[in-house]
Amino acid sequence: MVTIHPKLSNELSQTVVSSTKSVKLKIKRSNPNVNSDEKFDEFVVPIEKWTTVLDSLLDVKSYLDHSVGIRYSCRQASCGSCGMKINGKLGLACFTKISELDSDTVTVEPMDNYPVVRDLVVNFDRMINNHKKIMPYVIREDSEIDAESGVREFLQSPKNVEKYIQFSNCIKCGLCNSACPTMAMDKSFVGPQALAQAYRYIADDRDKGKNKRLKIIDESHGIWRCHFAGSCSQVCPKGVDPAMGIQLLRGYLLGIRD
Amino acid sequence: MERETGAREGLKGWLHPGKIGKFGIERLAWLLMRLTGLGLLAYFIGHIYETSHILDGKAVWDKSLEMTQTTEGHLFLALVIGMCVFHTGNGIRLLIAQMGYGIGKAERPDYPYKPQSINMKGKACIYATLGMAALAMWYGMAVMFT
Amino acid sequence: MMVLRESIIMKIHYGTAIGALFLTVIHIMMRLTQDFHESLQYENVIANYESVGYALLLELLLILISVHGFNGLRVILLEMNQGPTYEKVVTYGCLAAMAGLITYGSRTIIMTSMGMV
Repeated sequence: MVTIHPKLSNELSQTVVSSTKSVKLKIKRSNPNVNSDEKFDEFVVPIEKWTTVLDSLLDVKSYLDHSVGIRYSCRQASCGSCGMKINGKLGLACFTKISELDSDTVTVEPMDNYPVVRDLVVNFDRMINNHKKIMPYVIREDSEIDAESGVREFLQSPKNVEKYIQFSNCIKCGLCNSACPTMAMDKSFVGPQALAQAYRYIADDRDKGKNKRLKIIDESHGIWRCHFAGSCSQVCPKGVDPAMGIQLLRGYLLGIRD
Repeated sequence: MERETGAREGLKGWLHPGKIGKFGIERLAWLLMRLTGLGLLAYFIGHIYETSHILDGKAVWDKSLEMTQTTEGHLFLALVIGMCVFHTGNGIRLLIAQMGYGIGKAERPDYPYKPQSINMKGKACIYATLGMAALAMWYGMAVMFT
Repeated sequence: MMVLRESIIMKIHYGTAIGALFLTVIHIMMRLTQDFHESLQYENVIANYESVGYALLLELLLILISVHGFNGLRVILLEMNQGPTYEKVVTYGCLAAMAGLITYGSRTIIMTSMGMV
């Protein structure tokens, strides 16, 4: 086990406030490019009240083991890069404070249902492909670029924005797909992330691509493989509530929604 | 090359009890819906086979009935009743939700982002369905054991 | 199920569930309107089958539950594994099992209701 002394940590990071607490950070390590071995490396890291799991991982990466593989960017739950399993629960590392975990040991593992690239980094190809498949853009015959008057916008009323704004909060972190029990078995399932985005564009009254999208999701590994276990909505860090989007989307296919 | 084979949780993602703890009663309902569906289909096939003995005369019919007229047989039938009630009740809940009712209304979400579709109404329905299944089993046993 | 869109199949799934629910309630009530054990006596069961209305109810119930049950099984199996051959085997296997069970059950209903026992 490798330890960062609180004083050293503060010196190195030039933090003014000294840490009084520390936790054991267990990181699941693997590199499928090399072999199939999996192990947990343990580090003791100092924490403050505001220290996030990502802060601690970066502490480890900076001072103890540079080789830890993590993906991160914005550090403020906007980019969707640092999704992982934290003490068995899915969440964003940058959005999870260690002090709120109420545990002296923090175990971090890569998300389930994705191929592992290395350590905590997973491959999002499948999710991105499914996202692209449902055509995540406004589909129109006419163009926003008008030859006579130049560029114009497709106008949207504030009232109609409310119908889909929730679903446009998606940051493609992939936590919903990782929580979904169908994704656990069905490698062809389109997944809650893409389905919620299909609803986002269909509910947008500027969009005219409803029939195209419904055709794409109405197949044997499409929307009907969702059985409303609701796990996707429980882990979404942005309040997208994919389960709601999927049920509302189903209404179009059942003929009870126009 | 990524580890494609280990990418999915597989059956562990379905049956792991820890998942139910983490994802709540809705996940348990999802699993029970699946298991009761399979159980009821197996019973149905057995029931069709058992009732076909009516064609073989009274003696064979009476003998085939004896199988379920033991204590174990009654307990098995009580389990079937419970599975049937749960599958029906939960199926109605799912049908209503899948038609877009009782799952909240799409609106601008606020922190801490509690999902509207996972609400107390849905949870209450699941608990009520489990309760009704238990009651039906109790009633079924009362009828069969008297 | 290659010819039907999944939404059509699932509408059938929901429809058969609702239909089966009502008919199952009647089927069970028939056992409980008299003493449960007595209702299962050979003569009483034969009398049930010989009533045309009840025989039709049983036939319909057999079809509804078979369609619903085997489609449910197909859904679970399709989620458990994937691949063109596997999916074809599952789909046609479930269809064949459904048809087989309906045929076997219908044989019992038709022969008993026609007094061929």
